[in-house]
Amino acid sequence: MNLYLQYLTALAPEVIVVATALLVLVMDLVLVREKPFAQRVGLTGAIACMGCGLAMVWVELVPCSIHSAMLSVSPLTQWVKVPLLLLTIFAAVLSWNERFTRHAGEYFALLLLAAAGLMLLVSSESLLMIFVALELLSTSLYALAAFDKSGVASSEAALKYFLFGGMSAAFTLFGISLIYGIAGDIQLDVIATRLRGHPVEPVFYAALVMTLVGFAFKLAAAPFHLWAPDVYEGAPTPVASFIASGSKVAAFFVLARILLSAFPGARGTASLGGHLPGWAPLLMVLAVLSMVAGNVAAIVQTNVKRLLAYSAIAHAGYALLALLADRRHALSALLFYTITYAFTVLGAFAVVGVVEESGRKASLADFAGLSRRAPLLSFCMLVFMLSLAGIPPLSGFFGKFYVFTAAADTAPKLSLLWLVVLAVAASAVSLYYYLQVLKQIYAVAPAPASAWPRPALSARVAIVLLAAIVIVLGCVPDLLLGKISELLKSNSF
Amino acid sequence: MLAWTIYISFLGAALLMFLPGENPRPAKVAALLAALAGLACAAKGAIECHLHAGAGALTDVANANWIPELGIRYHLAADGISLVLVLLTGIAAVAGVLFSWNVENRSREFFALYLALIGGVYGVFLSVDLFLLFVFYEVAIIPKYFLIVIWGSTRREYGAMKLALYSFVGSAMVLVGLIAAYVMAGARTFDLAALAKVHFAPAFQNWAFIVVFVGFAILAGLWPFHTWAPTGHVAAPTAASMLLAGVVMKLGAYGALRVAMTLFPVGLHTWQNTIAVLAVVGIVYGALVALVQQDFKFVIGYSSVSHMGFVLLGLMTLTQIGLSGAVLQMFSHGIIAGLLFAVVGRMVYDRTHTRDLAVLQPKNLNQVLPFAAVTFVVGGAASMGLPGFSGFIAELQVLVGAWQTFPVFAVMAAVGILAGVAYTLRVLLKAFFAEGQVEAREPLHCPRISLPERAGALLLLGTTLLIGLCPQLLLDFITPSLNSPLMQPLWKAGTR
Repeated sequence: MNLYLQYLTALAPEVIVVATALLVLVMDLVLVREKPFAQRVGLTGAIACMGCGLAMVWVELVPCSIHSAMLSVSPLTQWVKVPLLLLTIFAAVLSWNERFTRHAGEYFALLLLAAAGLMLLVSSESLLMIFVALELLSTSLYALAAFDKSGVASSEAALKYFLFGGMSAAFTLFGISLIYGIAGDIQLDVIATRLRGHPVEPVFYAALVMTLVGFAFKLAAAPFHLWAPDVYEGAPTPVASFIASGSKVAAFFVLARILLSAFPGARGTASLGGHLPGWAPLLMVLAVLSMVAGNVAAIVQTNVKRLLAYSAIAHAGYALLALLADRRHALSALLFYTITYAFTVLGAFAVVGVVEESGRKASLADFAGLSRRAPLLSFCMLVFMLSLAGIPPLSGFFGKFYVFTAAADTAPKLSLLWLVVLAVAASAVSLYYYLQVLKQIYAVAPAPASAWPRPALSARVAIVLLAAIVIVLGCVPDLLLGKISELLKSNSF
Repeated sequence: MLAWTIYISFLGAALLMFLPGENPRPAKVAALLAALAGLACAAKGAIECHLHAGAGALTDVANANWIPELGIRYHLAADGISLVLVLLTGIAAVAGVLFSWNVENRSREFFALYLALIGGVYGVFLSVDLFLLFVFYEVAIIPKYFLIVIWGSTRREYGAMKLALYSFVGSAMVLVGLIAAYVMAGARTFDLAALAKVHFAPAFQNWAFIVVFVGFAILAGLWPFHTWAPTGHVAAPTAASMLLAGVVMKLGAYGALRVAMTLFPVGLHTWQNTIAVLAVVGIVYGALVALVQQDFKFVIGYSSVSHMGFVLLGLMTLTQIGLSGAVLQMFSHGIIAGLLFAVVGRMVYDRTHTRDLAVLQPKNLNQVLPFAAVTFVVGGAASMGLPGFSGFIAELQVLVGAWQTFPVFAVMAAVGILAGVAYTLRVLLKAFFAEGQVEAREPLHCPRISLPERAGALLLLGTTLLIGLCPQLLLDFITPSLNSPLMQPLWKAGTR
C-alpha cells in the first residue's frame, strides 16, 4: 500500500495531466456542447492550461525520488518536466484562437495526452516504458497533426508523420529487442552493468544502429528527416510548434539517458583520426548530415514553416554535438540548448500562426512589411530568428556556444574540433536565410491594400513572454544553467 | 563611468525602439543626446583613467561573475589603446547623428539601430573577457545589416547581405579560435590577461593565430577579404558608412591586436611577413582601384581599404613606433573617413542624387556647395597625409616602424601614399573643381548646407587638426599601454 502511495506521489504530475485530459473531454461533451465555439475553446483550453499548471506546481513543491525497474523519478527528471509543461501551456494558449477545428475537447485532450507522454518519457527507466511513452506521445501527435480537416495538407502531413513514425517505432523496437538479447534486461542501469567491458560486436552495433535510427526519425535528424518539412507545413500551426519544441526536448533527453546511462562503455570515438566503433561515430554521421542538409535546404525555402523545419533539422545536428561531449558537460549543454531552442521555435511558430490567422499563408512574401503593421510582433520575430541564427545576447547564441565549447572540450582535447568548425560554418550559412525572413518583415514594403486584424490578446501575450524568455535566458544564462548544473551535481540522472 | 558609454547607447536604443509616434524630431534629439552623453562619458572616463593610472595598464571598469559554469565574467576594463578607440567611437557617433539629421523615413528605428551598433562597438573596445568581447562584436553585426538594407541606396540588399555574411564568417572564425584557446588553456576562463599568460604550444598557435587574426581582419578590410567594404560602404546610408569606415573597421583591427596578437605571439611571428605582404598589397591595390572609380563613394570606400592597410602594416612591424602608428591611424582614419563619407553621402549625394563623377563634373559644385567643397579639400588633405593633420603623424610612424622591420614594404607603402594623393586630387577636381562646360549646366538648386552638417564637419575637422598639431594628446595614452605587461609577449616574439 505504502509503495503504491509512493508511486502515486511520484507520478502525480502525469496523473494530473491525464485526469485533466479526461475532464476536458467530459466537459466539452456534457457541459458546454451547446455554447458558442469561442467559449468552448476558451473554457477547455483554460482547464487544460490549469491542469498543466497544477502539475507544474506539484513538481516544484513535492520533492520525490524513486528508482525502480520501470521508473526513475529524480529531482532532475522532475525538473525537466517543468519546461515541458510550460511548452504545453504555451501551445495550448496559442491554439485558443485557431479556427481549424470544431472539436475543442478532443483537441486539448490529445494535447494533454501528448504532454503526459512527454513526461513519462523523461522518467522512464526501462526500454519498454520508453517505447510505450514514445508511442503515447506519437499517437497523440499523429491525431493532432490531422486535426485541420478543412485542408488536404493536414491529412497528408498526418499520414506522412504516421508512416514515418510507425517505421521508426519498428526500428526502435527491433533495436530494443536486440539489446534485450545481448544484455538480458531492459532496465537501463542493469544494461549498463551487464554490458560493462562488452566489445562492440556486430550484433551490438546493429542494436545501436536500430535504436538510433528510430530516435533519428523522432528528432528529424538527416537522413531521416524527410517527414519534417511536410508535417511542419501541413499540420495546424500550434501542433507543428508543439512537435518542433516539446517532443524535441523530451526525445533528446531520453536519447541522452539511453546512451549515457545504458551504454557508457560503447561510446567509440568520433574524432577524425582513430576510429572506434560505438554510438559516437553514429551520432557524428547524423550530426554532420543534419547540419549540412538542413542548412543547405533551408536556403531555398520560400515558406516560413518549411524554412523552420529545415532549420530544425540543422538544430538537431547542433544538439547532437552536445551528446558527443564529455559526460560532465554533455547533458547540461544538451538541456540548455534544447530547452532554449524549444521556446524560440515555439515563438517563431506562434508569429507564423498570427500571420496565418490574418488570412495570409506562411510564404515569405506574406511577411512583407509586417513591422509597419505590428511592430511588437515583428520585434519578437526578430528575437526568435536572431536567436535561432545564434546572435548574442539571445539564448540561442549561448546554447550554441556552450554546445560547441563542450564538444571541443571532449577528451582528448580538440579531437572534435573539426565538427565544431563545421557547425560554426553551418551556422554562419544559416544567418542568410534567417535574414531573408527579417528582410521581408523590416525592409520590404507591405502590400498596399491588405487587412491586418489585431491579433488576439492571448497570442500576443504568449509571444511577448516567449521573446522575453529568449532574451533573459540569453543575457543571464545562469538562471537555467545554474539550476541544471546543481541538479546534475546531486545525481547523474 | 566608462561602462555608461555602453549602457547609455543601449538604453537609448531601447527607448527609441518603443517610443510612440512617427515624429522624427524627438528621435533625432534623443539620439543626439545619447551620443553626446556617450562621448561625455568616454571623455570623462579617459581623463580619469589618465590621471589615476598613467602607466597604461588595464584599469577595471566593471567586473562581475556572469556565467560561472564556464568561468565567464562580465569584465570591462580599459587601457590607453581602448580609450583612444572609445573616444573615436564617441566622436564618430555624435558626428553620425548630426549627418543623419535629414533621416525622416522611420527615423525612430534608424536611430535605435544606430545606437545599438554604437553600444556594441563601445562594448568591444572595453571588454577584456573574450566571451564578452565576442558578444559585443556580434551585437554590432545585425544593426549594420538593417541600417543598410532599409535606408541604403545602390544595390543595398546585395551590399547588406554581403557585409553581414562576411562579418559573420569572420566572427565564426574568431569563435573557433576562442573556443580552441579556452579548451587548450584548460583554465576555465576567457579573461584576456589570464589567457595571455598561457604559453600555448607553437603548433597550436600557428593555426589559431591565423584563424583568429583573419577572422578579425576581415572586418578591418584585409586584402583579399576586403570586398565587403566598398560595396557595403556604397550601399549604406551616410551615417552607416561613416560608422562602418569610422569605427566598425577598427573593431577588426582592434580585435586582431587585442586577441590574436596578444594570445598567440609565436603564431604572430610565423605569419608576420605573410600578413605584412597582404597589408602592403591592400595599401597599393586599394589606392590604385580608387584611382579609376567612377562612383564618388567607391573612391572613398577603396581609400578606406588602403588606409586600413596602414593599420595592419603597422601592427605587423612589431615595433613600438609601428604599433603606436597603427593605433593612431585607426583613430585618424576613423575621423577622416567619416568626414569624407559625410561630404559624399550627405552633402553631395542627398542634394544631387548622384555620385557618378561624370555627372557631377559639369555641376560645378564648388560654387553651388562651397562649404562641401572646402570640407572636402581639407578632409582630402588630411586623407593624403599632409603634415598638420592626424593622418600624417600616424602614417609616418607606421612607415618608420615598417622601415625598421621590412624596408622594402615601407617603400611600397610610400608608393601607396603617392597613389593616395593622386586619387584624392583626381576626385577633388572631378567632383568639385571641374573647369569648362559651365554653359551646359542648368542652374542647380539645392538646399544649403544645414547647421547640423556644419557642426558635424567642424567637429571632425577640428579633431583631425587637433591631433595632427598635438599628437601627444593621444600618444600619451597609447605609448604607456604598449609597454604594459599585457603587451610584453608581443615584444618578446618580435625580438626572437
